[in-house]
Amino acid sequence: MTDGHHHPEPQSAVERRVHALETLLADKGLVDEQFIDDVVQAYAHDIGPMNGAQVVARAWVDPTYRERLLAEDATPAINELGFGGAEGAHMIVVANTPEVHNVVVCTLCSCYPWPVLGLPPAWYKSPPYRSRMVREPRVLLAEMGCAVPEDVEIRVWDSSAEARYLVLPERPAGTEGLSEEELAALVTRDSMIGVARL
Amino acid sequence: MDGVHDLGGKLGFGPVVVEDDEPVFHEAWEARAFGLVGLIMGAANAGTPAFRHAIERMDPAHYLTSSYYEHWLTGATTLAVEHGLVDAEELDALAGGFPLSRPVAAHPVPARLAAPPAAEPRFGLGSRVRVRNEHPAGHTRCPDYVRDRIGEIVRVDPPEPVPEIEAHFGRIERETTYCVRFTMAELWGGDADPGDTLSIDLYERYLEEVP
Repeated sequence: MTDGHHHPEPQSAVERRVHALETLLADKGLVDEQFIDDVVQAYAHDIGPMNGAQVVARAWVDPTYRERLLAEDATPAINELGFGGAEGAHMIVVANTPEVHNVVVCTLCSCYPWPVLGLPPAWYKSPPYRSRMVREPRVLLAEMGCAVPEDVEIRVWDSSAEARYLVLPERPAGTEGLSEEELAALVTRDSMIGVARL
Repeated sequence: MDGVHDLGGKLGFGPVVVEDDEPVFHEAWEARAFGLVGLIMGAANAGTPAFRHAIERMDPAHYLTSSYYEHWLTGATTLAVEHGLVDAEELDALAGGFPLSRPVAAHPVPARLAAPPAAEPRFGLGSRVRVRNEHPAGHTRCPDYVRDRIGEIVRVDPPEPVPEIEAHFGRIERETTYCVRFTMAELWGGDADPGDTLSIDLYERYLEEVP
């Protein structure tokens, strides 16, 4: 839809708006195809939860890395694995334990740790999640298939300033023999947001 | 501003709907909009606070019935119009209607919220603080559900640009931010789960000491 001469006219109202905006920006010489392609390709393919999974797996196998990751500022430890940048300039990692379950939300918009998780899923940005997670986390987590035992404290983190949060899930039992790479394959996006337990 | 974007604790939105194997971009226009936002922010020399506020200024009914990337499209296009990059009437004509956000409030930031930041952190770890009960008409990162509530500082973070000042005056002035923890009972009353907590990151100017 970038070129009305070769493609059918955009159909939906929102497609017509994008097309109109793009046409007027192009008239001013403000459309940089390379920039658009680069950011779209990066977030569509290269930046995603597989990055965060590497961080988690490293913390599971390397106690000194885990210690650095759980320090007040997790950014250097995450940068060590090659992940950093926009929406991840100040990272905090919060660890689940047998006593504590952590879950992350952004009530005001959609703050999310892009370098380690990519762009957020639609449900994370939706009014039901943003309104309810700060008010009835136990009920909502159960609804989402993540039952937290009664004796486990739930800590909700509303990312409203510059810090971005990643949950370090507990290493599943029976994974002692697995390699770091095999462990990373077990780590889901949802477990790093805190709406799933492994 | 006390807009519909400030969703924490609101009731009535129903279940969270999770899409299995969700793609990063559902349709081609979402990816284009995502890219165009970056270009507009650069050309308008607009920062994240100005962009967020452009989204917050959307008509409430439009905000609640449109997708995330439509928020981005509407907010960024509003900034593009306000910075003279594109013309609203031309957009309307080309698109067959192009709803934009409402203008910035006449007095978006009360004087105290626009004041210069303190040089040193005023609070320390373990301090008990109350969130000031202020309701600016412009951009803020202090959600309504924590206002007038008492919590404890559990982390002191490095100074970050004050959102009110950056959004409305275009200046970067850094201030200490704090992670403040509240009990669910403090926020939601006696029926809340007694052991669970909510932690949120707040700028120093939002807080006052509790003796």
